[in-house]
Amino acid sequence: MTTAPAIELKGISKSFGPVQANKDISIRVMPGTIHGIIGENGAGKSTLMSILYGFYKADAGEIFISGQKTAIPDSQAAIAAGIGMVFQHFKLVENFTVLENVVLGAEDSGLLRPSLARARRELKALADEYELNVDPDAIIEDIGVGMQQRVEILKALYRRADILILDEPTGVLTPAEADHLFRILENLKREGKTIILITHKLREIIDATDTVSVMRRGEMTATVKTSETSPQKLAELMVGRKVSLQVEKSPAQVRDVILDVQNLNVTDEKGVHRVKDVSFNVRAGEILGIAGVSGNGQSELLEVLGGYEKGSGTITVNGQPIDLTGAKSDGRSRRERGIAHVPEDRQREGLIMDYHAWENVAFGYHHDPKYQNGMFMNNAAIKADTVEKMERFDVRPPDPRLAAKSFSGGNQQKIVLAREIERNPDLLLIGQPTRGVDIGAIEFIHQQIVALRDQGKAILLVSVELEEILALSDRIAVMFDGRMMGERRPQDTDEKELGMMMAGMNKGEAA
Amino acid sequence: MDAMPKWADVVLIPLISLILAATISALVILAIGESPVEALNLMVKGALGSTYGWGYTLYYATNFIFTGLAVSVAFHSRMFNIGGEGQAMVGGLGVALICLYVPWPHWSLALVGGILAAAIFGAAWAAIPAFLQAKRGSHIVITTIMFNFIAAALLNYLLIGALKPKGSMEPATGKFPEATHLPSFQDMFSFGETALFRGAPANVSFFVAVVACFAVWALIWKTKLGYEIRAFGHSESAAKYAGISPTKIIMISMMISGGLAGMMAINNVQGEAERLVLNAVEGAGFIGIAVALMGRSHPFGVFLAALLFGFLYQGGAELALWTKIPREMIVVIQALVILFTGALDDMVRAPLERVFLALKRRKRKAA
Repeated sequence: MTTAPAIELKGISKSFGPVQANKDISIRVMPGTIHGIIGENGAGKSTLMSILYGFYKADAGEIFISGQKTAIPDSQAAIAAGIGMVFQHFKLVENFTVLENVVLGAEDSGLLRPSLARARRELKALADEYELNVDPDAIIEDIGVGMQQRVEILKALYRRADILILDEPTGVLTPAEADHLFRILENLKREGKTIILITHKLREIIDATDTVSVMRRGEMTATVKTSETSPQKLAELMVGRKVSLQVEKSPAQVRDVILDVQNLNVTDEKGVHRVKDVSFNVRAGEILGIAGVSGNGQSELLEVLGGYEKGSGTITVNGQPIDLTGAKSDGRSRRERGIAHVPEDRQREGLIMDYHAWENVAFGYHHDPKYQNGMFMNNAAIKADTVEKMERFDVRPPDPRLAAKSFSGGNQQKIVLAREIERNPDLLLIGQPTRGVDIGAIEFIHQQIVALRDQGKAILLVSVELEEILALSDRIAVMFDGRMMGERRPQDTDEKELGMMMAGMNKGEAA
Repeated sequence: MDAMPKWADVVLIPLISLILAATISALVILAIGESPVEALNLMVKGALGSTYGWGYTLYYATNFIFTGLAVSVAFHSRMFNIGGEGQAMVGGLGVALICLYVPWPHWSLALVGGILAAAIFGAAWAAIPAFLQAKRGSHIVITTIMFNFIAAALLNYLLIGALKPKGSMEPATGKFPEATHLPSFQDMFSFGETALFRGAPANVSFFVAVVACFAVWALIWKTKLGYEIRAFGHSESAAKYAGISPTKIIMISMMISGGLAGMMAINNVQGEAERLVLNAVEGAGFIGIAVALMGRSHPFGVFLAALLFGFLYQGGAELALWTKIPREMIVVIQALVILFTGALDDMVRAPLERVFLALKRRKRKAA
């Protein structure tokens, strides 16, 4: 090999207290390639990139940029070394224009006008070169997330970045926007830029990268050429054992309507109309999947059904209306009506992170007579119940006295699922069932959802992961800007069509 | 994984903080030309060296147990109730009214009446800020501290007006009737010739305070209400998901808190003064904050911290009496204890966590 790698890390280690986030990691990224880094949540991808970008200092190891040993004590040094980073959560000033955001922190002098003029010229050039079209005078809060992400990329390029790191860049994008992003990355690569793509989505790795490195529990387990691997192999490398990416399920045995929603409208505290005139139903024995880019009203829909957001319209469960505004519009009343809810955000809603596992198993059901002992709570009964549930749902470690925050994302989700599913509800609301959950646990969680369906329960699934929606749902509804864009059957549709609907375009009305 | 074993968190940190506070206090005493050893000696002897000293220490501790429990209960629902002072004042008003205007046949019934009146008045005084927080979003810290001043003004008005006996020159109620007088430790623990606790103000209220500790412990960790209060305190969004009403929890936890602060009045008003005077609370409401912080909002911790502050109060009074150390010095020592145990908790915690981590790592390597 004659050319030096654009980036070479040698023996990087980093620990946070007792947790070893990176263990002796070595990696070579060749210039002019797209290099993927894949791994489950908590595998150490973000830590490694934060070290490269100067946010953390490694406990041990060396960094070489284009063959030169380089110290990166802070992000200024990283920028000087030609590294640019696009974060998962954008770092833009919302009420500034695109141009002002690009220049911010990289002004030529105390006077702003010359900098802005130069930036305008450069942006024009960059836009022509890489298909990175953005109106330089638009205000950030007025443009979409896809555009905002382009601004982040432009910021890095304006600072003369040769190496671009993107952290989970497609998390907030529609499939079409994601495709556009990958075209941009392809153009950048052709111009000789080096790109590091961090993701947990196997498909993106296969579609976009030249080389892929897999991380598991802080270690780099493999680096392979993308053309020589498969999603199945990568999944195994990530988890460390064989996994099934397919959900096994038989055709749905559909019965009576359990949940019927008519003309539901939700306006949030800030007066924003979040859910607009939505109607649908879910029957016993089927899974209705609601697809959509996050922030299009799905969360509010779940909150109204779960009893902690007010709405107007008519919702019936088992033929009886439920209270949407009054005294019975709370979580406890919903549970009494046979509605169980696995919320989208288990850390903020589904669990009390400082509570023990056993306290969380009673959470929301703490009024249940079997948990009472006279005027006191029967903590022994709750603990015994927890031991059983942990066993059945394979929660690890199976210790009821451990705080919820001490479990991994997948095991936290299993605790929530165990609590809600074992209540034998008529209707299960489930939001983002596998967000931040490791692949091994995803398989298990999907099996549990399908098993509940096969027991004749109605399931309303909300997920931003299209693959998950397609794999689990018996019917798919798409939400965009608070409205239902239409319904499809999974066998009659594909990611492309759903992606169009998620972006607000609906060609073939009423399939 | 927790960095430290639980005993270190509960015992070691307060202890180290205390030693630090004592060390700096010693330096200050040295600086004004007195002997710290002698000062400590005097404090210990004065506060713990006789049943008389204990009688004062436990009297002060009783006040601090009530106000410390009050702050703790509110802490569990993440409400910072710094209105204990005002709630205790208004609790005193309740005790005064029920002692002056109800003809009690026996002190035991008067005690029950006093407890109820004090708790109800204290709870009512806390209910207004709680309502403003729950319904209007007015910050509880601001409103409770304002209600301290309103309570003081209210008592001022009543004690120079309606409640003052005719012809009296003093802003205080008249003496409560004999039947409402609570037995002091002297009454309870004197056998024949040997009078223990002679002249000390500690009284039967101390045992009410101990019972209150157990009751709060059971409430917080053993009941549904306590479960909901703690859940709300940890995460409001999760509490809403579970169907726990924020309004209900704010109101109830603050009223229990106010009731406990009010109950202090059975000790200082009914038990000791036997009448209601101006400024009867003497800052105990604020000491309650330090007691709750140091006691980690746990009733047993509150009990120990209240004893410590009782000791500081009584020992400090002795110091002022027998040495040239000025009375203000005691305030300095108390302030240092509050500073180290409450505010500078992390200063001790962070290095200690590192020590424990290093120990753990070494153990792992050895294994």
